[in-house]
This record gives sequence, C-alpha cells and structure tokens, in this order.
Amino acid sequence: MKFTSVFDIIGPVMIGPSSSHTAGAARIGRVARDLFGRQPKWAKIHLFGSFAETYQGHGTDVAIVGGLLDFDTFDERIKTSFDYAKKENFEFEIIPETANKEHPNTARIVMGDENGEMSVEGISIGGGKIEISEVNGFKLRLTGGMPALLVVHDDRAGCIANVANCLAMHSVNIGHMEVSRIERGQTALMVIEVDQNIEDKIMQQISLIPNVTKVSKINN
Amino acid sequence: MDVLFHNVRELVDLAEKENKLISEIMIEQEMNMSGRSRKEIFEQMDRNLTVMEEAVERGLKGVQSVTGLTGGDAVLIQNYIAKGNSLSGDLLLDAVSKAVATNEVNAAMGTICATPTAGSAGVVPGTLFAVKNKLNPTREQMIRFLFTSGAYGFVVANNAFISGAAGGCQAEVGSAAGMAAAAIVEMAGGTPAQTAEAFAITLKNMLGLVCDPVAGLVEVPCVKRNAMGAANSLVAADMALAGVTSRIPCDEVIGAMFRIGQSMSPNLKETARGGLAATPTGKAIAAKIFGSAVTVE
Repeated sequence: MKFTSVFDIIGPVMIGPSSSHTAGAARIGRVARDLFGRQPKWAKIHLFGSFAETYQGHGTDVAIVGGLLDFDTFDERIKTSFDYAKKENFEFEIIPETANKEHPNTARIVMGDENGEMSVEGISIGGGKIEISEVNGFKLRLTGGMPALLVVHDDRAGCIANVANCLAMHSVNIGHMEVSRIERGQTALMVIEVDQNIEDKIMQQISLIPNVTKVSKINN
Repeated sequence: MDVLFHNVRELVDLAEKENKLISEIMIEQEMNMSGRSRKEIFEQMDRNLTVMEEAVERGLKGVQSVTGLTGGDAVLIQNYIAKGNSLSGDLLLDAVSKAVATNEVNAAMGTICATPTAGSAGVVPGTLFAVKNKLNPTREQMIRFLFTSGAYGFVVANNAFISGAAGGCQAEVGSAAGMAAAAIVEMAGGTPAQTAEAFAITLKNMLGLVCDPVAGLVEVPCVKRNAMGAANSLVAADMALAGVTSRIPCDEVIGAMFRIGQSMSPNLKETARGGLAATPTGKAIAAKIFGSAVTVE
C-alpha cells in the first residue's frame, strides 16, 4: 500500500505551485541537508528531466535551496530562499542537465564544507512524496517518511551485526534495512529505517564501532 | 496497524454496518495506522482547514502568478455574483470562485494544502466554503468534510493514481472532484451509500481528462479545471441526494479511470507535449516564458 495516511491525501501544507516540483523539491533539499548533518557551505544542484525543463516556473530551484537551508514545505521563506542563502554565505549553483534519468523529476545535490563533501540524489514521486535514490554513489531507496540511519563502513564481517546490536541495546526497532557495496571488501553502506528518532548518543556509539567510517541520520 | 477498508465497497459497508459516518471510519483507520490519538489527528486536520481558509481569503482579494498567466479571476466571479444576475446559481459560482481563488494562490507561490495534489487543491476547499454558507456546519463538521474527502482519496491513491503525471487530469482534478462530492453529501445529511454514488457520478464525467499544462506550469488550464471540478461535484452531490444512482459501481469507475490512465499517451500526462500545451498559443506562451519553444516529440 503506497499511501497509508489520510494526511498523504489531505496535505502537505505547502508553498505552491506544484506538489512534485516545489514541495517534493524542498523535501529533497531538506533530507539532503539532514544526511549531510549540518548546514553545507556550498552546493551544486543538478536538475534532470522535467525538473530541468520547468524549474523556473515551478520554483524548483528556490525550493531545493530552501530545503538545504532547513525550510519545511510550508515555510514562506522558500520564495526568497536565495536572499537567505546570501545572508548565510551559502553558495550554490543550479545546473540543468540534459541527460535522461529513470525518473523525470530527479535532482542530484553535491554539497560540502571545509570538513567534507556528500552527494545525494532524490526523486519526487508525486503529491509531495519523495525518495532518496543515491548517496555518495550508492544506490538505495529511502522515503524520508520514517526516521533512518545511514552507516558508511568498510566491508568487513561482523560490522552489520555490531550496528544492529547497538540499536537493539537502545531498544530501537528496525523497520527496514538494506546493505550495499560498490566493490567487495571496499566501502559499503547500510540503510536502516527505524520506528523512532535516533538520539545523538546512539549516533556517537555507532560511529565508534570498528570499521564504521561515517554515520548520518534523518529524523522525522 | 490494520487497514479498515481497501475499496469503496468496504468503506460504505463498514459505515452502514456500524451506523457511522464515512469520516468516522477514516478517523478510526488513521488512529489504527498511526497510533496517534483522535485529538492529535483532529488538530492536524484543523490546521489544514485553516490553511485552506486563508488561501481562499487571499485569493478573493486578488493575486497574480509569477508568470502573469493566472490571477484575478476569482475576484471577477465574485463581482459578477454580487450583481445578482448569475444564471448557474450563486452557491455554484461561489464554489467555482473559491476553487479558482485557491489555485490562483497556488500559482502565485502562496501557501496551500494539497488535496490531493497542489494542482487540484482548489476543488475540496472551494466547495466546502461555498456549501458552508448554506448548511451552517460546526467547525467539527467542516473538519469531517476533509476526512470524508480523504477517505475517498485514500482509496483512489492506493487502487489507481492521484497525480497528473501518472494518470492525467482525471486522476488529479477528477479525484478531487469526486472527493468533494462525497464530502458534500455527508455534510448535507446523505447516507454513506449516497456519498459513493456522488463520487461515482462525478468521476464518470471526468474520465479521460488529460493533463496538458501550458509550458508545464500549474496554471493553464489547471485553475479552470479546478473551477469545473467544483461545479461537477456540486451537481453530482445534488443528484445523489435526489436518489440518483450510478449504474456502474464506484469501485469499477475507479478501475476504469486507472485503465484509461495507463493507456493514455505520455504526451498527455504532464509532459507539456500534447493537448493545450501543444497548441500554437500554448507553445508561444512557453517560448515567451522560457526563451525557447518546449520541444514537441
């Protein structure tokens, strides 16, 4: 069942004009920022398909920048997010692409600051709902509708069990989990959807587990 | 965490068996699925209602979109109603005007509540705030109007689609109009079965409607499609309340909408490559806004 709540139908409250091109775009930006874990200093925003063709009329550009500044879909500041970006010294570039993606409403955000970089690709699937389809080159599927944990780690035996154990110790229930790697024995990624928001304390403990290189989260 | 209904038949049967309103079944299901209290769920819907109310008020004062393509029509219609010579009736035109108001605010990047999408956000509030003047509902009944709409939208979203990109305008404004018709019937004191008839009659008359936005923007013809969606839903609600029934059951109408949407050309599903978007004027508008013509395959 794709839609589980009446508020998927009556909602979201949002700045117009398009649930997929404006509200969905803002959500992609905000989830990307969540995954990065802090306000990025700069971002390159690549737009594909219908996003690339109609972003000006739909405010897709201001919506993604607004999301990166942590504005929600209904935040009136989205309309003038470029001004807020300037005030925060947040530099960005909007890059319409001609390449075809699997989904017509796709955005790839490459962002960073002096401490690191991250790339997040998201798709807007309609009615304001989104999915994150790629993080740092890893294919994945994340709705942003549930709190989630992303753990980048070295591909070694026992690492997944250690992370799961840590969550179990804090009584965090796992709703859905995916693991993937670019190459055997190299870097791997765990995507773990959980039933409740993850406290910083747990994040810190996971980051200390051997072979774990990076931990990010999305709270709900 | 159980779903109480998967289709309209189950929804209506449950309401009749337990002698409850459609809105009540939706509220109970939301409590089941989310684990939240009735109070929390009511409060969230109350906030959505307030957003809708403010959008209508703002649109009735007159707004203009970024492109200048839409805006101001809600005011024109209200001024016309005030002259007292309307032919289709003041309540009907009031609903049309308030639906237009909402979508004009949406096109102007104002705050709206997607019902079920932003492009179709005018129909449900437009009819609600027009019918309100005749039926004098309580605040709770107005909130219930949204739960009844939501119950039908929930069925359509899970059995077919609610976005123009997936199923054409029939899926978007068609669903919104059906949702509104069902909610009007409940508010007017009709039976659960009559809400289903109203939904079926409405959607039957929006089947096949394509999504062909000029320049790909949620403006032309979206604003006026919301106007006609509101008119359609009011007439269908009156027919259902009069005892008229649909010969094709509601779930089968939704099924037909799904199959029509699947067989619809991608050119007619929000890509701005067909229909009104591909007319000489439509293409000229796109070229003026974006500096070059939108390619037609």
